[in-house]
Amino acid sequence: MIYQGKQKIWSEYQKEIPDDHWFYVRSCIRQSFFPGAEKHFLKITRDLLGKDIYETEHHTTCGGIAYHCDTIPQETAMTIVARQFALMTEAGYENLVASCITSFGNYCETIETWREFPELEARIREHLWKACRREFKVPKYVAHASDLIYKFRGEIAEKAKFHLVNKATGEPLRIVEHIGCHYSKMFPHKGVGGAEYPCVLSGMAEAWGGEVIDYPERRHCCGFGFRQYLVRANRGYSMSNTHKKFESMEPYHPDVIITNCPGCPFFLDRWQYVISETEGKTYGQNGYGIPVLTYEELAGLVLGYDPWDLGLQMHQVAVEPLLDKMGVPYEPSKKYLGLDEKEIMKPGLPTVLKCC
Amino acid sequence: MDFGFSLSPSSAVNLDRTDMSLYEMLCDREPTARTCIGCGSCSATCTASAISGMSVRKVLLGIQRGQYREVEKMLSHCMLCGKCTMVCPRGVNTRHLILELCRLYGNSEGEL
Amino acid sequence: MTGNVAVVGGGIAGLETAVRLKALGWNPIIIEKSSSLGGHVAEWNCLFPDLAPADKLVKELVDAADGIEIHTDTEIASIFYTRKSYSIVLSDGSRFMCDSLVLATGFSLFQAEKKEEYGYGIYDHVITNRDLELWFNTGSDERVPSDPKAIGFVHCVGSRDIKAGNTQCSKVCCITAIKQAIELKEKFPKAEIYCFYMDLRLFGRKYEDFYIRAQRDMGIHFIRGRVSEVSETIDGRVFVKAEDTLSGKPLRVSLDLLVLMAGIVCNRENTTLAESISVQTDEDGFFRSRDNITHITESDRPGVFFAGTCTGPKTIPETLAEARSAAISVDAYLKSLK
Repeated sequence: MIYQGKQKIWSEYQKEIPDDHWFYVRSCIRQSFFPGAEKHFLKITRDLLGKDIYETEHHTTCGGIAYHCDTIPQETAMTIVARQFALMTEAGYENLVASCITSFGNYCETIETWREFPELEARIREHLWKACRREFKVPKYVAHASDLIYKFRGEIAEKAKFHLVNKATGEPLRIVEHIGCHYSKMFPHKGVGGAEYPCVLSGMAEAWGGEVIDYPERRHCCGFGFRQYLVRANRGYSMSNTHKKFESMEPYHPDVIITNCPGCPFFLDRWQYVISETEGKTYGQNGYGIPVLTYEELAGLVLGYDPWDLGLQMHQVAVEPLLDKMGVPYEPSKKYLGLDEKEIMKPGLPTVLKCC
Repeated sequence: MDFGFSLSPSSAVNLDRTDMSLYEMLCDREPTARTCIGCGSCSATCTASAISGMSVRKVLLGIQRGQYREVEKMLSHCMLCGKCTMVCPRGVNTRHLILELCRLYGNSEGEL
Repeated sequence: MTGNVAVVGGGIAGLETAVRLKALGWNPIIIEKSSSLGGHVAEWNCLFPDLAPADKLVKELVDAADGIEIHTDTEIASIFYTRKSYSIVLSDGSRFMCDSLVLATGFSLFQAEKKEEYGYGIYDHVITNRDLELWFNTGSDERVPSDPKAIGFVHCVGSRDIKAGNTQCSKVCCITAIKQAIELKEKFPKAEIYCFYMDLRLFGRKYEDFYIRAQRDMGIHFIRGRVSEVSETIDGRVFVKAEDTLSGKPLRVSLDLLVLMAGIVCNRENTTLAESISVQTDEDGFFRSRDNITHITESDRPGVFFAGTCTGPKTIPETLAEARSAAISVDAYLKSLK
């Protein structure tokens, strides 16, 4: 692997990310999958870095899931997107940052489609006006939330309490980065580092002390694929893709997988359980799985936030081996306590996959 | 545990794990086998093709891709009429090729 | 009139045109931007379909050009058309008048790193056709392993590829891949060699024989399917994904060396040159001939002629034949001025 070759490509795919004043739109599913992730994005950008990140309770889904499942037509999806833009415009913002990769892709796709077909944009404006009497400006900049954390990776590294380094050996942790398909495969120039060798996550991992693994199936989709997962009879296709990735990354003994999409971390995490039950196989050390984190959760760990406040107990694969390697302190007895210090119920243990 | 779904088998051909020894043995006995260009003349003209799925083109490709069972099934439908040999633009001796392949299958019964 | 003819480009097309013009009694002046003559051919080791040495061809042409005024490391700084002749100032400060111009500016080899998915410049054992020829010449390239077990060739890299900006077939790569595959098989008899192709376009005399030889005598495998993606395995080998379109199945193989057949694309400098002398380039960036059947070597502008691959991908014999044709056309034009 010639690292300078990648750096050359990265230099060609650096997008402009404004420093401040963002209108934030959340994901539909991340708050239940990874409840601490979005909260800590706001905590890091607002409280720690002092940025102006605005959000409103009036925003809805971007329609991406329905759009990608073919249950709503494109014009409907675009009208939903137009409404988000209207909320942004009304709040006085020009920069839109999306928590979800599919939303990010959806916003980019909508804006690009309007650029090519201005008559469609005019029609959507009409739809939106008829539906809710709103008007909008197209955002000046659209970013994914991981773009912002990438931009601020240096500041985060400066404030780091822990590093992506094995405390016992001093070796950098081996990081698998997995990029959501809709981040840059549709529009390579809208992703940091492009589509073939994105550096939005690898840049974070390296800035925080880790070593990024480039394994043969790195670019492969996690397998979520919307319809592949949502129809139970098709779930084997979804899992087979994830399985392919695990088989490919296994020889590199990754310490953690980081992701920037709502679906990928969920499936990379949960399928490890299903694969262990059906195939009897686990991919981490000593019968554990490979912990799968969102980039916000990883940033949170690096900055020293409590793992249980970050919501890491909501992961299927136990994160404790990673915490131990990084030297992050945690209280095992508090893993399943809620904010009010009361038990939030403990999950049952899998038969094969070792969990704490 | 039954989740109501399971891993789907991959249809991909992995050449790292494909045993080419049968193909090599065949080429030793019938060197013209190597010059096939996959044009499909043989299959188009084959008496058995339309009714049985026999295809000399697929037979030759199949033994290079490790699809031994499929090849064996196809071979059993050949009637050795020789029409495929007549139409081959590369002069592949397809009739001899099939005979030799049948012999190789016969010699290594159960192993392929 | 001066009898001077400016020949832009010192590759085989420019050299051959100049040599022929000289023989016809005119005074050609070769302007070559690089420091040596022979262009791309000078970098090549040997040539299809007879494996003739490239350096011999270049040497013959250079020797034949003895006595011709040649400016290397030189480009045209400015050019003006005045009273039926061209006033040229070169970057080395020299200036002269000429009655005619032959553009023999050749092609550029497609930059393989633009096909990011193939990982040229990123993965340790991915090289181009040009790198391989240089390796044949010098024997030194760390990317070529000493004892490869499996080698792949990817045809049509940057050719027939709308997204890479080149719709044209580069014409010579299929036969070059076969030539290079045979040469590598001779050097590494135990290696399995795979050629991944979309179509095999073996149009020339003896080319098909060369192909049959590669199949029958060398056991080279031809897989009909374009490589979609390349990555690196844990032991640093090259992992390739393609579809075996003849069996309709995805295909995977790991290799010790992958050779990208970078195609022929237009010389980007054609556009600026074309503007300065009011000739046209086509959408693909190659010069536009007056007619694509009967007047390939002629531009729309009187006195300006083309030779070789500046009007599209060509083989060496085609280039040489066109150079001679251009010389004859220049000769007729200059005689008409008298």
